[in-house]
Amino acid sequence: MKSRWIGLIACLVLSLGCALIALRTSFIADMSAFLPRTPTAEQQVLVDQLRDGVASRLLIIGLTHQADDVIALATLSKKLALHLRKDAAFLTVANGESVTTERDQTLLFENRYLLSPNITAQRFTVEALHAAFKESIAALGMSSGLFTKQLLLRDPTAETLFLTEQMIPQHQPRIKHGVWFGKTANRAVLVVQTRAAGSDLDSQQAAIEAVKAAFRELNADGKVSMQLSGPGLFAVNARANIQTEVTRLSTIASVVLISLLLLVYRSPRMVILGLLPVISGTLAGIAAVSLGFGSVHGMTLGFGITLIGEAVDYAIYLFVQHKPGSDLAAPEQRFWPTIRLGVLTSICGFASLLFSGFTGLAQLGLFSIAGLVVAASVARWVLPGLIPRNFQVNHLYKTGEQLQRGFKGLYKGRGLSAVMAVSAMLYLGFHHSDLWHHELKALSPVPLSAQELDTFLRADVAAPDVRYLVVVRALDQEAALQAAEQVSAVLESLVQEGSLAGFESVSRYLPSQLTQQQRQLSLPQANILQENIARASKDLPLQAEKLKGFVLDVQKAKTAPLVIPTDLEGSAIGAAVQSLLVKQQGAYTALFPLRAADQGNTAYVIQEQVIRQALNSLQSVKPLLIDLKTQSDALYKHYLQEAIVLSLIGVAAIVGLIWTVLKSFKRMVRVIAAPLASVVIVAAGLHLLGIKMSLLHLIGLQLIVAIGSNYSLFFDQASDKSALDRQMLVSLLLANITTVIGFGLLAFSSVPVLNAFGITVGPGAFLSLLLAASFNGKAASNSSLTFPKTAL
Amino acid sequence: MFTPKVFTVFLCLLLGLAFQTAWAMDLSQLMQVLAQNKGGKTTFVERKYVAMLDEPVESSGELRFDPPYRLERRTLKPRTETVVLEKETLTLSQGKSSRTVNLMEYPELGVLIESIRATLAGDQRTLERYYQVNLSGTLTAWQLVLTPKNTQATKLVKLIRLIGQRSLVSRVDVELTDGDMSVMTIAKPQVIP
Repeated sequence: MKSRWIGLIACLVLSLGCALIALRTSFIADMSAFLPRTPTAEQQVLVDQLRDGVASRLLIIGLTHQADDVIALATLSKKLALHLRKDAAFLTVANGESVTTERDQTLLFENRYLLSPNITAQRFTVEALHAAFKESIAALGMSSGLFTKQLLLRDPTAETLFLTEQMIPQHQPRIKHGVWFGKTANRAVLVVQTRAAGSDLDSQQAAIEAVKAAFRELNADGKVSMQLSGPGLFAVNARANIQTEVTRLSTIASVVLISLLLLVYRSPRMVILGLLPVISGTLAGIAAVSLGFGSVHGMTLGFGITLIGEAVDYAIYLFVQHKPGSDLAAPEQRFWPTIRLGVLTSICGFASLLFSGFTGLAQLGLFSIAGLVVAASVARWVLPGLIPRNFQVNHLYKTGEQLQRGFKGLYKGRGLSAVMAVSAMLYLGFHHSDLWHHELKALSPVPLSAQELDTFLRADVAAPDVRYLVVVRALDQEAALQAAEQVSAVLESLVQEGSLAGFESVSRYLPSQLTQQQRQLSLPQANILQENIARASKDLPLQAEKLKGFVLDVQKAKTAPLVIPTDLEGSAIGAAVQSLLVKQQGAYTALFPLRAADQGNTAYVIQEQVIRQALNSLQSVKPLLIDLKTQSDALYKHYLQEAIVLSLIGVAAIVGLIWTVLKSFKRMVRVIAAPLASVVIVAAGLHLLGIKMSLLHLIGLQLIVAIGSNYSLFFDQASDKSALDRQMLVSLLLANITTVIGFGLLAFSSVPVLNAFGITVGPGAFLSLLLAASFNGKAASNSSLTFPKTAL
Repeated sequence: MFTPKVFTVFLCLLLGLAFQTAWAMDLSQLMQVLAQNKGGKTTFVERKYVAMLDEPVESSGELRFDPPYRLERRTLKPRTETVVLEKETLTLSQGKSSRTVNLMEYPELGVLIESIRATLAGDQRTLERYYQVNLSGTLTAWQLVLTPKNTQATKLVKLIRLIGQRSLVSRVDVELTDGDMSVMTIAKPQVIP
């Protein structure tokens, strides 16, 4: 008797400990769990871009009016932009109004001789000045000449104009009433860049709230509705979504299971006892992942719900088959070896995931193993001592009889089952090429509707869908800027020869100190400049003495302090520098987003070979050309392949285990046939439904094998000892129903991750039971001989 | 009641009104005439008198108006440049580069171009929205003085003077606050079928 209390106390203490860890665990829901644990240089860029890159910090805002009042929309867009520009949480707010602020204009004008790439000694020769003066006078003849004339006297070589033009984005949405409007609808669009990194979910959430609050305040009459999209929003929503869905679905699952168990056990006490393995298992799973990985991903948590359905089974087997007054050891002994084998089977299946280079999968593996071991241990060593001696489930006699008849029918129809399995296999063989989803975003916790809105808004604003990047790293800022200049020169030559449509570079906005010094050195002395001006303006209607401001400015520039990033704070130029030159872990990374030739509706693909070759000339700075899409797809493909291999190893381990324990190849084949057939049928079914499987479906399929083989084992063990009675059948069915409920509910989740598990394992588990009865149900069909009716 | 005296006064009033239309005219009348404008293509020569230069800068090119919303100014000399105002979008093209902005993002340039377009279109509402309008002369020789209302524009642009005959605009003067000015003479347009 003592031992039962020891067991219970141990169980409670363990659960409490796990609960404490679980409470302190941080839950994440971004894409970070899908990133490799030991990335290559290219993958690191991908990881950084996904977490903190410009694209990860974009928030796209769409505004629509219920009566399509574009003027009201334009006004709101301007007010909203004005409001957000004052908020330090936002680095830039673009809505089609002038990107360059007055501050930018001043910066460009005042530092023109340090910033302009045109500054060389040749710029100030008599010939060059003559040409520049002529050009400036001609510019007066242009439509806006009257307003730019002031620049002529101070900046006759038009450096400010050149620098300003560089700042103008080449691709912009169309402009109506002064602001950006989408291509397709009467939707005003704004693009906001947050200061906080995309992976900083709390700051992202705060930024989103700030946008929403400003919108609410400005949209007093409620006629305008706002659409938001962006990676930060997705991550924030996904985090909230997964948490609420997991709570909601696990609540529903619990209520349904508890009701079902109440109906069966007719004893609240037994229901509570039955939940012990579930609760302790789930807590142990979370605690293990938390300790092993530092945080728990929402996906793993969602997976936890499914464990409810599985872990509750152990108690069901125990309780339903319990007979009053029997020796406590007896019922266990009858089926415990089968359960033990079942647990080992599942562990074999999940253990392979532990070796995945993909954090998400490794978490799932650890969670499941810890959860199942604890749940089964509780069922084995704690529960038996707590069952009242006279407890018996004896009102399911009829159900048992019907089940027996049903299973008999299934056994008779085993030919048909086999035909189904074979046709599904043929179907899969026929469609093997398009079964899988090959993009990383298949794993995205973002609902499809949100992904669609995002695509739509992005197309509307021509937002950078940064795909091609050149990256250089350096230990300090100056080295990075110098390297950036070298890379820019190479890329510029590619643009000139037409291999590239364009690129962005930090050196366009901020030259290295070295370059600035060189420019200072190339500026002429006052007397030389004055003489050159006099000679250059001889036959022009411009009087040399009017250009005193020009001479003075050049002299000032010769000794002016060099421009450093802090000088650019708060300007559009500063924002550009900040996103193109990133400081990470003590090193500086310069990014060069490339634009493939011509932007049409189709995604233009870059001439990778040509660019790589050109960049190879810069061995000293080692630039990397990265196609983020290829990288992320390759990464995902790698995961998928790895997961397939690991799953196969898992299945092989399961097969080997069963073979070893059963010591019969034939029986092993029979046991494994049902779950494998279910896997094949489910996979075929998904394809028929038009669902492309992702990595998560694959894990679901593996889970079918792990769970399904348990059912087969029960049938097999029964035929072994000719001991499959009606109670056994009832407990099997009940266990199956709970599993199907646990997973099936997930199929209704809007979170793709959860949905994928639900839609595979729910039907798969049910099929596994039916097929197990069909393939291994010989004992069930003639068990009327073996067990007296009094048993039920 | 209807005494001859009253009748005489009434007649005089009528005649007076008639005279007034013949001599001076109402802005809305001019606008109605201008609104008949079928649009077309013509050439222009512009001289800018700038204090910093010893001689005026001359530019020339083509003007094209498609009523009521589109005005294109294509400068051919000394450099090629195209400015298109269509509804409230302003497109500036110079060499390879081209950019589209909202009219009021460049208020100074905006007020110049809008003054021509709105006048050619006989768009009184727009004129009165952006400018203080002052009309003088007769229908056959009118003069429209526009003072911008936009504060950013008034810093630079003092006034715009359009001179025309019936539905034609023959000259546009721009006077700047600093005393510089430009004079644009416009040839008689050919109607494009």
